[in-house]
Amino acid sequence: MHTYNVTHLNQLESESIFVLRETAAQFERPCLMFSGGKDSIVMAHLAAKAFAPAKTPFNFLHVDTGHNFPETIEFRDRFVEKLGAQLVVGLVQDSIERGTVQEETGPDASRNGLQSVTLLESIEREGFDACLGGGRRDEEKARAKERFFSHRDAFGQWDPKNQRPELWNLFNGRMAPSENFRVFPLSNWTEMDIWQYARLEEIELPSLYFAHEREVVERNGSLLAVSEFVVPREGENPAKETVRFRTIGDATCTGAVRSNASSLDEVIQEVAASRITERGSRADDRRSEAAMEDRKKQGYF
Amino acid sequence: MTEDKNYLEMDLLRFTTAGSVDDGKSTLVGRLFYDTKSIFEDQLEAIERSSKQHGDENVNLALLTDGLRAEREQGITIDVAYRYFATPKRKFIIADTPGHIQYTRNMVTGASTANLALILVDARKGVIEQTKRHAFIADLLGIKHVAVCINKMDLVDYEQPPYEQILKDFGDFASRLDNVTELTFVPISALKGDNVVERSENMPWYKGPSLLYHLETVYVGSDANHVDARFPVQWVIRPHSDEHHDFRGFAGRVAGGVFKPGDEVTVLPSGFSTRIKKILMADKELEKAYNPLSVTVTLEDEIDVSRGDMLVKPNNQPKVDQNLDAMLCWFSSSKKLVAGSKYLLRHTTKDVQAIVTEVLYKVDVNTLHKVEDDYEFGMNDIGRVTLRVSQPLFFDTYRRNRNTGSFILVDSFTNETLAAGMMR
Repeated sequence: MHTYNVTHLNQLESESIFVLRETAAQFERPCLMFSGGKDSIVMAHLAAKAFAPAKTPFNFLHVDTGHNFPETIEFRDRFVEKLGAQLVVGLVQDSIERGTVQEETGPDASRNGLQSVTLLESIEREGFDACLGGGRRDEEKARAKERFFSHRDAFGQWDPKNQRPELWNLFNGRMAPSENFRVFPLSNWTEMDIWQYARLEEIELPSLYFAHEREVVERNGSLLAVSEFVVPREGENPAKETVRFRTIGDATCTGAVRSNASSLDEVIQEVAASRITERGSRADDRRSEAAMEDRKKQGYF
Repeated sequence: MTEDKNYLEMDLLRFTTAGSVDDGKSTLVGRLFYDTKSIFEDQLEAIERSSKQHGDENVNLALLTDGLRAEREQGITIDVAYRYFATPKRKFIIADTPGHIQYTRNMVTGASTANLALILVDARKGVIEQTKRHAFIADLLGIKHVAVCINKMDLVDYEQPPYEQILKDFGDFASRLDNVTELTFVPISALKGDNVVERSENMPWYKGPSLLYHLETVYVGSDANHVDARFPVQWVIRPHSDEHHDFRGFAGRVAGGVFKPGDEVTVLPSGFSTRIKKILMADKELEKAYNPLSVTVTLEDEIDVSRGDMLVKPNNQPKVDQNLDAMLCWFSSSKKLVAGSKYLLRHTTKDVQAIVTEVLYKVDVNTLHKVEDDYEFGMNDIGRVTLRVSQPLFFDTYRRNRNTGSFILVDSFTNETLAAGMMR
């Protein structure tokens, strides 16, 4: 290999660190949206590297639907403490009680879409002018056109037809008061890159990502974990299976996959052989062809 | 290294594609994805569902790239879409851009970060205006590798003469491209798969590699500038902790050349010189740093350095000037360039005020002729201008270094990104 060659993981790492540093430099009060999922963990890991040996200059923001896997919350608190970061939690339950959102009803009700309102309320309450998100362009087709620095108007809305052009390494984070930015340092990463980088850097991930035994129920093509939020209905047959999760989100709509992969090496092999995308197990994206685009326009992550 | 760890050796190729649906661009991208197992079952199902809904008889692979509702409704690509696939050798980032003239600005955006431009030519139609426009933009944006895919070879019975004609026509015109150092022609059929991933048996007269083989092996390692050391300071790291009480690190991404601990460096604009103490990546000390690595540099002496400053080598300094000569591409749909008005200019990590002092000429992107009597400069226009900035910039020509030779203009009222510029 040539002396100046750079591996794809090094290139992605350097690009993300550049974007994280630009965010710190261009905004007054940026925050890092941390869900305890693998993308936000990798983003936080990169943020720690970008500013070492100083502390990460971002507050961490978790928008909590209340429908969590307990493992996620436990992991979140441990992780944030280790980094010495400040954690702000926005509770969807609070928004419901204030009456700014109304809980969906019906058998497939989910709090996933409500998160947008809680997120925007948290941004306003805390005065954040930029929110770092772990979104990747390979996840979903509306995300494929997302910028690194994504402008949001005073209502938190994304206007896909009127985005700022982004050339070279030159990011334009200027805005009017009350406007806002979402910044996506992992834009160019794929699911596979995330797993490979986690392996390379020996990043600890929540146990949910690795094969474990759990009671699940098959519903609308997703394998949902049985919990207080997902109760088996008549005609459904909950069963104990060996599964793992490829994404971690709201427990009511995050599906598991049957898997025996219990280490990062095994996960990497499994993802390489898999024929279904990671969001294929997300019920929230199946609602319509433009489900993600619509949610993003309303201020989703 | 075992086979399943070869990702630790993989590198990255960014390429841009431009073209319309008619060229078979989407089919080609779909073919690359499909044959490298980068399309997944649920994605295929989704586009099958969607194709039926839109009344298409065949699965329309364009629906993979056209993600926004308006794009699907109108059957056009509006914006740059970034697509990803990988083989065991390389990860690929495709900046997929629309080819029509009204999307020149999107092509420019996609080309700005690409190592290679993939240009599609319909074997039946030969080199047309759009081909030249794509090649011109690739060249203008400093792309050194151009792969011309002569597509739809199945429709000319896989015969050599149409291919030879396109080689000749493109070659005549390519002599006017300044930056392109490598030009490759591959006869393909995106629809049937000839020469896309595997070499085709239908064209024994073609001795070159398949397109994917070329993309996997084209050498781009020397494209970055490893000669002129440039380190624009992005952020100053001061931990203020007991453990790192005196630590002052200068964080940034190397924009050119090579830096090593012990190297003498000059800080611009102050002109003070010192030596590099350490080059850090978090807690790891590096022996050298070069583009595109993000690192943190510590210096032997305590001198004043802040964001927007640049570390260089004393015997190799960039141009330092308040007067700029640049090629400009205008992006804004709502505002035209007005000579004499003030804009914000962002160059590396530095922001200054700028005035466009003169429009020298515009380029007709179809004929590539200079237009010298029309100074109205609006969306998608490309031309040469002079500017004056409020403080000296430290820059190189774009041709020499993309990172220190590029800038954007921002509207100081709307904050919109108005234009992209390349130093001459």
